[in-house]
Amino acid sequence: MTVTYEDALASYEPVMGLEVHVELGTKTKMFCGCSTELKQDPNSQTCPTCLGLPGALPVVNAIGVESAIKIGLALNCDIAEWCRFARKNYFYPDMPKNFQTSQYDEPIAFNGYLDVQLEDGEVFRVEIERAHMEEDTGKSLHVGGATGRIHGASHSLLDYNRAGIPLIEIVTKPITGAGERAPEVAKAYVAELRELIKALDVSEARMEQGQMRCDVNLSLMKPGAEKFGTRSETKNVNSLRSVERAVRSEISRHAEVLNGGGTIIQETRHFHEDTGSTTSGRVKEEAEDYRYFPEPDLVPVAPSREWVEQLRAGLPELPRLRRNRLREEWGITQHDMQSVLNAGAIGPIVATIDAGADAAAARKWWMGELARHANETGVELGELPVTPEQVARVAALVQEGSLNDKLARQVLEGVLKGEGTPDEVVEARGLKIVKDEGALGAAVEEAIAGNPDIAKKVRDGKIQAAGALVGAVMKATRGQADAGRAREMILEKLGVEG
Amino acid sequence: MPGITREEVAHLAKLARLELSDGELDHFAGQLDAIIGAVAAVSDVSDADVPPTSHPLPLTNVMRPDEVRPSLTPEQALSGAPAQEQQRFKVPQILGEE
Amino acid sequence: MTDIIKLTAAETAAKIANGELTAVEVTEAHLARIEAVDEKVHAFLHVDREGALAQARKVDEKRAAGEKLGPLAGVPLALKDIFTTEGVPTTVGSKILEGWIPPYDATVTKRLKAADVVILGKTNMDEFAMGSSTENSAYGPTGNPWDLTRIPGGSGGGSSAALASHMAPLAIGTDTGGSIRQPAAVTGTVGVKPTYGGVSRYGMVAFSSSLDQGGPCARTVLDAALLHEVMAGHDELDSTSIDAPVPPVVEAARNGSVAGLRIGVVKEFRGEGYQAGVMQRFDESVELLKELGAEVVEVSCPSFTKALAAYYLIAPSECSSNLARFDGLRYGLRTGDDGSHSAEEVTSLTREAGFGPEVKRRIMLGTYALSSGYYDAYYGSAQKVRTLITKDFEKAFEDVDVLISPTTPTTAFPIGERADDPMAMYLADLCTIPSNLAGNAAMSLPCGLAPEDGLPVGLQIIAPAMKDERLYTVGAAVEAAFAARWGHPLLEEAPAL
Ligand SMILES: [Mg+2]
Ligand SMILES: [Zn+2]
Repeated sequence: MTVTYEDALASYEPVMGLEVHVELGTKTKMFCGCSTELKQDPNSQTCPTCLGLPGALPVVNAIGVESAIKIGLALNCDIAEWCRFARKNYFYPDMPKNFQTSQYDEPIAFNGYLDVQLEDGEVFRVEIERAHMEEDTGKSLHVGGATGRIHGASHSLLDYNRAGIPLIEIVTKPITGAGERAPEVAKAYVAELRELIKALDVSEARMEQGQMRCDVNLSLMKPGAEKFGTRSETKNVNSLRSVERAVRSEISRHAEVLNGGGTIIQETRHFHEDTGSTTSGRVKEEAEDYRYFPEPDLVPVAPSREWVEQLRAGLPELPRLRRNRLREEWGITQHDMQSVLNAGAIGPIVATIDAGADAAAARKWWMGELARHANETGVELGELPVTPEQVARVAALVQEGSLNDKLARQVLEGVLKGEGTPDEVVEARGLKIVKDEGALGAAVEEAIAGNPDIAKKVRDGKIQAAGALVGAVMKATRGQADAGRAREMILEKLGVEG
Repeated sequence: MPGITREEVAHLAKLARLELSDGELDHFAGQLDAIIGAVAAVSDVSDADVPPTSHPLPLTNVMRPDEVRPSLTPEQALSGAPAQEQQRFKVPQILGEE
Repeated sequence: MTDIIKLTAAETAAKIANGELTAVEVTEAHLARIEAVDEKVHAFLHVDREGALAQARKVDEKRAAGEKLGPLAGVPLALKDIFTTEGVPTTVGSKILEGWIPPYDATVTKRLKAADVVILGKTNMDEFAMGSSTENSAYGPTGNPWDLTRIPGGSGGGSSAALASHMAPLAIGTDTGGSIRQPAAVTGTVGVKPTYGGVSRYGMVAFSSSLDQGGPCARTVLDAALLHEVMAGHDELDSTSIDAPVPPVVEAARNGSVAGLRIGVVKEFRGEGYQAGVMQRFDESVELLKELGAEVVEVSCPSFTKALAAYYLIAPSECSSNLARFDGLRYGLRTGDDGSHSAEEVTSLTREAGFGPEVKRRIMLGTYALSSGYYDAYYGSAQKVRTLITKDFEKAFEDVDVLISPTTPTTAFPIGERADDPMAMYLADLCTIPSNLAGNAAMSLPCGLAPEDGLPVGLQIIAPAMKDERLYTVGAAVEAAFAARWGHPLLEEAPAL
């Protein structure tokens, strides 16, 4: 018997824990000077340290620490006065030293919160347990199997270019009280965190590129119960939509198991985009024993209070507050603002306004024509080959009457196709509105002469019939006429008051 | 302090990725038991109010600027590889998690 | 004619600088000596004949071109096989790295090359520096030149034996629990463990990161100082390296004196387990220091009695993690890759085949000490003992300038005697371990032969952290006084090979 989501929520309270790994955008790796600019060339960005060669030693990247402190501050965390790295010991082929240099009981940032705004405007506070520094692993390529997956592969190929890239792991405290909104809270939290990371300029936080990866821990408890239930850990849920779906599907799955008298086993699970559900990962034969101990090759990190305060003073406006400010400035609804956020359009719109466009026009182009194009081509808005300055120029041309919306769309299309700047596209494609009164006048006369029946109707007072004559003028001028002016001239010619 | 059993030794060997033979398990169980018995002397201080020393020098905040240094060439990186393919380290099938 | 191989490093460098000898001549003389005696001693795992001669020719060319030569230019050196050497095999005495040719030089290797020191080759050692006898080398034991049936100390037995048998005037060792000082003591040579952080660990294959320290080995105190100065100094590739000028060790070695110094004798370093002849020579050294004008007092360091226990928890714990990287996937040995085993199985099979029993024992011990449920009782407590030992030293150094003790409780024991009794083996480092735990500086130098077996006895001098020069001030004075008493270097009494 399948338990519906609603049934599940009627009898259980979901408890979530979200662990997000963010790859920092530093120039070099966390513990060595290798570049992080991952080229296609395998094992070309490795050195004795990040390959784990015998004898090699780590040295901490100062910007890695600085980024961690910034993230901690933005998440309202306490910043440790003294903390250390620790070794997390376990064997895995894509981890060159067979331990991960991480932080254990002494994280750099702890005890914070992030307020996230839900679609209806309600603010939900997510408590942060800790944010700590660690390093990424290499990548393995599974060869010989049918699917490129690990099972059935005959062997694997290892590339360590990614090994040692700085990661910040951000762990929430158990999130309770979200009830049926748990999936929405989870998604909103990850979205807000992503905005925050981008605003701090410490990472581009692109989930689809693995720069931000989310693990979802979930358990159910009976309302009023003292203890949390057993949790499942769904790994690598790597889009906002998937976060929401994974929480939802785990709530239903847990409820089904529990209602059937079963017990939830603590295990790792994998989320599948295609089915929207999770499957069990390898069941661990015995509990992991990571044998953490202080990393003896590194010395403690003791950020001075001066440094911390200096970084605090340099923090940008928090995204949620900024969004509320912009929403008021732009005069749009909470719902519209949510759409702008989801589209990743805040930055481009602000930049377009800064370049001289008015807010409505900037939003119209980015959320309309350009968002559609980005969707179709599968890139983020910010990556489209058009600059905010160019969008502002198009808006200006519309504003001054040189373009109408239809022409403006064609101009943007030309820019996106690499045909040059808006002015160059206008020039090359000949897209300017015909303002020449003589030429327009001739087209008007022609339209009247060619449609005597319609002209008569207009003369007789059916002014709305003038639209057909405007259409004829537009057709004759291949859309480049100023439709408003053409209408004025038609009515004038026919001796009717507009 | 409790002694160490053969089963514990087998568990440790698994954690440490050592494919010990039965003979080694027996041999090490005896030796480790003796060594652990001797080093257990430290636990006298386990409750003492003494800060732990993990490092002999009181250094803090040793960091490097975020500046790129030359990497090894892929040829150098792979020079010790027991097997390689497509400029990557070639290893047998990995059983671990997907 | 001068017997080239008997010269000190300082003398050799001076003769090369003034043209009396060429670096190639000196190198060839040592290569010939290696050829002649190393079959018996087995100090070297790899002799880099071509590399050494090329380096020597470079020195001679520099001199011919009128370039200024460094203080050790052209002097041959034996390098412990724990330092990476680009293009030259590095095994750490282990099968698991057999045939590995590192793509990079350790910082120490780089500095030696920059100083125009001639690296003759790589010396034998206990596998991964775990041991006190060099019997744990996967490539067979090294003999003590004083008696080839006895151990040359360990883990740096190859380096000490190379010095004592005149195959090189300089050598480099690493000291985690005594691996420079104990081999020096049992071979009648000089070895120094600098203050932790004084010598870069970059490229020095890690055994126990918070204890390991590279240092100079030589036949005289001045030679050790010259080498110390070349190899030491801040390294930005090692986060635990001291960012301060190298202590003035050469100046100290040239101005040996103990007049007016207060010297402490550690009360805990005697008693059961200490050989009578060792204590006799030690007590004579105390008398000698008094005669030379030092004030000698007894000091107590009560926590030292727990040093060995703390060491045998901390070092194995760190090593269990440091040695995890040897998994047969990226470099070195790979066993079981026959298509029937997974990567995980190949790792276990490789480690089983590639590590020797002492290494496995310590990995298991460390895995145990760090595992959940045992961490606080073992690793955690050991770290507290470490604090107490450091405090004992601090208290002692409030009162005295240096501390002294025998370096080892006994002289060189026969090969095989303690091979399967780890606890007995570990006792060899009883007096050396506290300095590793606290990170301070210590030296061993010869103080005579034990009457009962005619084997060398080492005197240990311990100085506070960052005060390495005190070792050389005191060491040089003791060395000069003994030389005057004996009338010749102690090594002259060693039997011919
Ligand atoms: Mg992590
Ligand atoms: Zn690197």
